[in-house]
Amino acid sequence: MIHFVILLSRQGKVRLTKWYSPYQQKERATVIRELSGLILSRGPKLCNFVEWKGYKVVYRRYASLYFCMCIDQDDNELEILEIIHHFVEILDRYFGSVCELDLIFNFHKAYYILDEILIAGELQESSKKTVARLIAAQDTMVETAKEEAGSISNMISQAM
Amino acid sequence: MEQLKTIGRELAMGSQGGAWAGQSKEFLDLVKSIGEARSKAEEDRIILLEIETLRRRIAEPDVPRRRMKDYIIRLVYAEMLGHDASFGYIHAVKMTHDDSLALKRTGYLAVTLFLSDDHDLIILIINTIQKDLRSDNYLIVCAALTAACKLINEETIPAVLPQVVDLLAHPKEAVRKKAVMALHRFYQRSPSSVSHLISNFRKKLCDNDPGVMGASLYPLFDFITEDVNSYKDLVTSFVSVLKQVAERKLPKTYDYHQMPAPFIQIKLLKILALLGSGDKQTSGHIYNVLSDIFRKCETSSNIGNAVLYECICCVSSIYPNAKLMDSAIEATSKFLKSDSHNLKYMGIDSLGRLIKINPDIAEEHQLAVIDCLEDPDDTLKRKTFELLYKMTKSSNVEVIVDRMIDYMISINDNHYKTEIASRCVALAEQFAPSNQWFIQTMNKVFEHAGDLVNVRVAHNLMRLISEGFGEDDEGADSQLRSSAVDSYLRILGEPKLPSLFLQVICWVLGEYGTADGKYAVSYIIGKLCDVTEAHLCNDTVKAYAISAIMKICAFEIAAGRKVEMLPECQSFIDELSASHSTDLQQRAYELQALLSLDSQAVGSVLPLDASCEDIEVDKELSFLNNFVQQSIEMGANPYLPESEQLGMSGVSNFRSPYQQEASSHTLRFEAYELPKPSSIPVIPQASVLTQTRDLVPVPGTTYYRENNLGSKLPTGPEASSADVGIKLRLDGVQKKWGKPTYSSSSSGATSAEKTTNGIGAHQDGIRSQSRDTVYDSRRQQPEVSAEKQRLAASLFSSSASKTEKKPTSGQRMPKGSDANAEKSSVARSVSPGNSEVKTAAPDLLDFGEPVPISAPTIDPFKELEGLIGPAQAVIDNSITTSGVQAPDLMATLYMDTPPSGSRSSSSGLVSEGVYSTDKGSHTAKPTPAVKKGPNLQDALGKDATVRQVGVTPTGNNPNLFRDLLG
Repeated sequence: MIHFVILLSRQGKVRLTKWYSPYQQKERATVIRELSGLILSRGPKLCNFVEWKGYKVVYRRYASLYFCMCIDQDDNELEILEIIHHFVEILDRYFGSVCELDLIFNFHKAYYILDEILIAGELQESSKKTVARLIAAQDTMVETAKEEAGSISNMISQAM
Repeated sequence: MEQLKTIGRELAMGSQGGAWAGQSKEFLDLVKSIGEARSKAEEDRIILLEIETLRRRIAEPDVPRRRMKDYIIRLVYAEMLGHDASFGYIHAVKMTHDDSLALKRTGYLAVTLFLSDDHDLIILIINTIQKDLRSDNYLIVCAALTAACKLINEETIPAVLPQVVDLLAHPKEAVRKKAVMALHRFYQRSPSSVSHLISNFRKKLCDNDPGVMGASLYPLFDFITEDVNSYKDLVTSFVSVLKQVAERKLPKTYDYHQMPAPFIQIKLLKILALLGSGDKQTSGHIYNVLSDIFRKCETSSNIGNAVLYECICCVSSIYPNAKLMDSAIEATSKFLKSDSHNLKYMGIDSLGRLIKINPDIAEEHQLAVIDCLEDPDDTLKRKTFELLYKMTKSSNVEVIVDRMIDYMISINDNHYKTEIASRCVALAEQFAPSNQWFIQTMNKVFEHAGDLVNVRVAHNLMRLISEGFGEDDEGADSQLRSSAVDSYLRILGEPKLPSLFLQVICWVLGEYGTADGKYAVSYIIGKLCDVTEAHLCNDTVKAYAISAIMKICAFEIAAGRKVEMLPECQSFIDELSASHSTDLQQRAYELQALLSLDSQAVGSVLPLDASCEDIEVDKELSFLNNFVQQSIEMGANPYLPESEQLGMSGVSNFRSPYQQEASSHTLRFEAYELPKPSSIPVIPQASVLTQTRDLVPVPGTTYYRENNLGSKLPTGPEASSADVGIKLRLDGVQKKWGKPTYSSSSSGATSAEKTTNGIGAHQDGIRSQSRDTVYDSRRQQPEVSAEKQRLAASLFSSSASKTEKKPTSGQRMPKGSDANAEKSSVARSVSPGNSEVKTAAPDLLDFGEPVPISAPTIDPFKELEGLIGPAQAVIDNSITTSGVQAPDLMATLYMDTPPSGSRSSSSGLVSEGVYSTDKGSHTAKPTPAVKKGPNLQDALGKDATVRQVGVTPTGNNPNLFRDLLG
């Protein structure tokens, strides 16, 4: 299973973290510090995996952003690498040529998308279309709710 | 300027995904200032300030809900950056109660990120989750299920379990899928709570939706890991599902980079590996589908290799089959020969699995393995050490352990140091060629890994030295001991030794320091005293040292010789007698007492070589019988066993009601009964469950009947059996995702076979081509250095006499097999019809070596010209830097091109070509090509918004705008 997902910028800034196994706030900080030291310093031609404290961390770099996932010893690294890519492709489709800035300002949306792809540390949905449909449904629901709220407040303001 | 802002906003709104609409100015400012922070300290300062502001604002009365949402998102941001925002947790919890979906989702998101599953606030969310699980809006149900996965712990599972089980029959597949995953999570938390639901998971395996089916594999995998034998009946079902997936019967949306549902395939392969492990009959069912997948896997894409690797794992786990082994070996050697480090890594791992079945195959790849061992990449190196560990024999143990120790010395990672040290110890214990070598190796391990070594290892070493290697040869044992003593006396000269090692040294010197009479008593005692002075040692080492001194003195006294107390020894004893540690004090006094005893008494207190004697524990304490008898005669009360004692005092009467009370003290999550219980009868939980199990319609069954109208019933007796509901009917499911062919299963299989043969053979042809190139490049390389060959020989050859010949023969081996494979694949590629040969042409361009292809044929700048004209003018006017920006924005390539990356866009066409040739098997609809390249409008929109916000990529991060995906 995937124990956590971390998005790091090349400067070591945290862009997104999601913990599927229990980690205290302090442990989280150490994990991030250790991993950024370990991963950011690796050369481009090396393996996309690092062994770390009995776990394996699979990472992949997209432009200046590192996507890291921590998995168990007996998991399939290449599969995780593709799960990362799957996530990025869905982000790309949602934001339209996604860039790091999208994730910085919309990190909560990135969380929603991640929640549709991974659940409880396992891959939940491997169909991009299904994920896209669910996210779109949620967005429209939110939009309609907003419009309704807007029209009500309009009515109130007019009435007053 | 104002105008520009509006333009920016409009553009931002217009682009799909809404860009950064909807966030407050304050949030954007926060992110901006964080982004511009030059140091971690500055970032921390900003965040702490922000947290203070939020703490004040959030506590204000009547914060509008939308404002509160913004606050909470900012808190999430602060927490994400590693700061404590616990004061806001309660507000996030409150937000989950909100009626609006937007706010509820934000609330759930925040609590799942904030709270661990044992947090006190969880109890306040349970009620909301319960309510939301019952909601009519499936999106709310989804949000609640996602939250339940994170927040529900062992204690609270009963509160939501009945509702989650009900959701397994929800009309929306997204809800069913999440419900399955939630139950899987509950199983991980507390297996007993979900174990009665196994039949539900079995049913979900034939769900109409592939997503739900895929999800059901996770709990089933866990169940099967737990107890393989109860699920053997599912093997045929899994095999048939896998077959369908591999034959592209699933909807196209599950394809990933031209592979049919690879993630589901991988999970199924994992399950089959478990089921077939050590079971010849079950494995027999798996062979066919495995060889199919081996043939179909595209080795040019990363995902194809992922599936291939899983196949190898499966092959190595199930009952061995020669043909599959060959395929697995071939795939492994391809991994090893690849240029990609990732594939090499997988290759080493696969090799480690395969040599368990056939140890000889390692020899063929010895040079590749050596290369990996000497690779600068640490990950690869460690994986290779793992492989070497698995293939260690008594003939190569010295080389391997030496290498391991060298590596161990060179690294700083304590965790891995511990691991590799324990491996060295294990290998040394198992394969040590000589006692001498063993002691030396252990010394090195202790010296360098020090206190990272498990204490048990130290005890083992002491035991080994005292008991010898199990042979009855006393002479060899004493030789081992004296060599140990020699080496330890030498090592004591080192400036810094870990405490665990010192303990071993002290113990061995105490037991055997004077045994062979080589060293004088005073010399050994002097050394032992030095140990405690020269090294900063803890009480344990001191205790070991003084015990050792005591033993040596005792041996001397027992032998009738006089012991001269050295002054430093005396001062050591004095120091310990005044020690804070009572243990040390006692030992010191014991030593002093011992010195005054006569030789016979000392001999029986500390006999020579007593460590080997087995201690017999007299559990009955029979030696006390006399004493007890005497006491009873003197009038003492007889001893009563504990149980009787309790019975007499009546404690047991208190106990049982207390226990009952304790069990009823657990939390109740059901709503309290209404005042008038007659209107709503409260159904006990158990009956609810049985009800659902009885009443839930089984999709599998109905489907089965419908679809088999045209086809013959494959299994008569089973169909008529009563428990149709629970048993799986996957014969019917077979056609669920494909075209309704109404053919019997056998004919379907053959038609599929044909198509796969075509594809397989023709891929083989390509493979051999690419292999040729690989081989050529290999041959052109300068001759492998002599040193490497020697290393290879010492690692892989079984006997030392063959050292000279082995490497060359090993080098030849792959060549020979390659030639064979080539011949056969060429022969096969000729056999299929002409149509295949035609389509092969575009393939060749594509599947060859992963040479960097300059993928986008359209020049992004040319495309840009038309669009950017007016917009650029605007930007240019306002910001001077934008000229530099534009190319950056359009950069479409990966920073570092992964092996599969550049190929994906063009291979869509190829697959179309291939699959349209066999019209019968499936409709070859190519997936609509993924939108590639930057969307100009989006990019401009983002750029404009960014400027409006004021965030410009500064010198320290120019890549913020870079598209993540090309």
